[in-house]
Amino acid sequence: MTTILRTKNLHKHFGGVLAVNDVNAEFKANRLRSIIGPNGAGKTTFINVITGKLPASSGAVLFQDRDITNSPAHRLVRLGICRTFQITSIFMGLTVFENIRIAAQSEMGGSFRILSAKHSLKSVNKKTWEILDRLGLKDKAKVPSNNLAHGDQRLLEVAMALAGDPKILFLDEPTAGMSPAETEHIAQLIKGLTETVAVVLVEHDMDVVMSISDEITVLNQGSIIAEGPPKAIQDNAQVKEAYLGNA
Amino acid sequence: MHDQDAKKILEIEDLHTYYGRSHIIQGLSMDVKRLEAVSILGRNGVGKTTTLRSILGLTPARKGKIRIDGQETTRWPPHRVVRKGIGYVPAERHIFPGITVEENLRLAAKPTSDAEAWSTEKIYEHFPVLKARNRQDGSTLSGGEQQMLAIGRALMGNPMIMLLDEPSQGLAPLLVYEVIQPILILCVQSGLTLLLVEQNYRMALDVASRHYLMGIKGKIGQTATSEELKADSEIIKKHLSV
Repeated sequence: MTTILRTKNLHKHFGGVLAVNDVNAEFKANRLRSIIGPNGAGKTTFINVITGKLPASSGAVLFQDRDITNSPAHRLVRLGICRTFQITSIFMGLTVFENIRIAAQSEMGGSFRILSAKHSLKSVNKKTWEILDRLGLKDKAKVPSNNLAHGDQRLLEVAMALAGDPKILFLDEPTAGMSPAETEHIAQLIKGLTETVAVVLVEHDMDVVMSISDEITVLNQGSIIAEGPPKAIQDNAQVKEAYLGNA
Repeated sequence: MHDQDAKKILEIEDLHTYYGRSHIIQGLSMDVKRLEAVSILGRNGVGKTTTLRSILGLTPARKGKIRIDGQETTRWPPHRVVRKGIGYVPAERHIFPGITVEENLRLAAKPTSDAEAWSTEKIYEHFPVLKARNRQDGSTLSGGEQQMLAIGRALMGNPMIMLLDEPSQGLAPLLVYEVIQPILILCVQSGLTLLLVEQNYRMALDVASRHYLMGIKGKIGQTATSEELKADSEIIKKHLSV
């Protein structure tokens, strides 16, 4: 299986605190890898360093074997490294369709002239409809985003990230604050994303993590303490210790 | 008032709390009785801190009821809740920087005529290390010392009930079991009502006697006593491990 992205001896420290400590991780095409760990394990910092939000202290991030360490976030997005955030980040004043179209437009490039002919947006519109369809948001295309239910707003964020044609997609707590029905729905959609992209999931809902992950990476105090399929992680003594506290 | 209710210092009924539209606590009910030490145990991200924030009015509940000592406080602002008799020890300690240890303590003192009330002298008896550092800037203390100061500061308000958010977080196990845990046990023995939020169940089992095992979105999966949890380790594994 093709490796899309990997980190090599990645470190990130804040003053004396090692938030990411010598992490070697590998993310493969069409696979869903979850990153879990107790509070302060370094999950979000790890993703922030990979996605260009924070500079690495040392080590490297390789995207399709190309060194992209410390590249700015907008460049990484162009390469196909996209993410969503813990806090919903959509344009509330725009409709669902418009939100996705903006993301698609920025990826496909072209003119930003206000008076550009409508037909020139044809391919952008087509792509927007495809994404709406894929995430089951078609019926809500014309709904202003601020009128959406919370679960659909989170879904819209994923849709916007998809519009950037990612090769790898990082999702930070996509099911936070969702009802059980919404959670089940988005979990299945996330699993479906692996048809076209590598998915990296940071998630607190262990039922979701265990049911849709292909592999799990467990971080504790900045280091990887275990990696493997869900069953192996659940049986791993070191993981148990990390979660249950050491005596 | 109902007799059984009178014994309850804290009562939460069908609590629903949101951050914006994000529904964080989806229907939590629990209570703490006078002189009782209770814990909420759960993995990170399930809503333990949000529960405390709702009680305090920092993130007000959108639905449900919170009662302190029989009085409904659901929509009260934090300062009013604290004045009613809640002591709060946040996970990040939040020691006031730029003022001394002693000033941090005195700032939290609540005027009282009670001879048994907490004073800086009494705090220093319990935490000699704070006395040794009483003229030092509070923010220059070590993590463990800051935790002691945060507990001492909460005690200075002579609370009816003290809420502690993961006092073991970021501290070396030795410090947790030899310093923080004995202090909390002493507090409970000397008549303090306590609600402790923890991932570290070992400490919680020794400090508190009754436990709410919280799952994702504030759902209580089970309640159990320390004895029950010690007798059946599977309960803890089910709720706290992966």
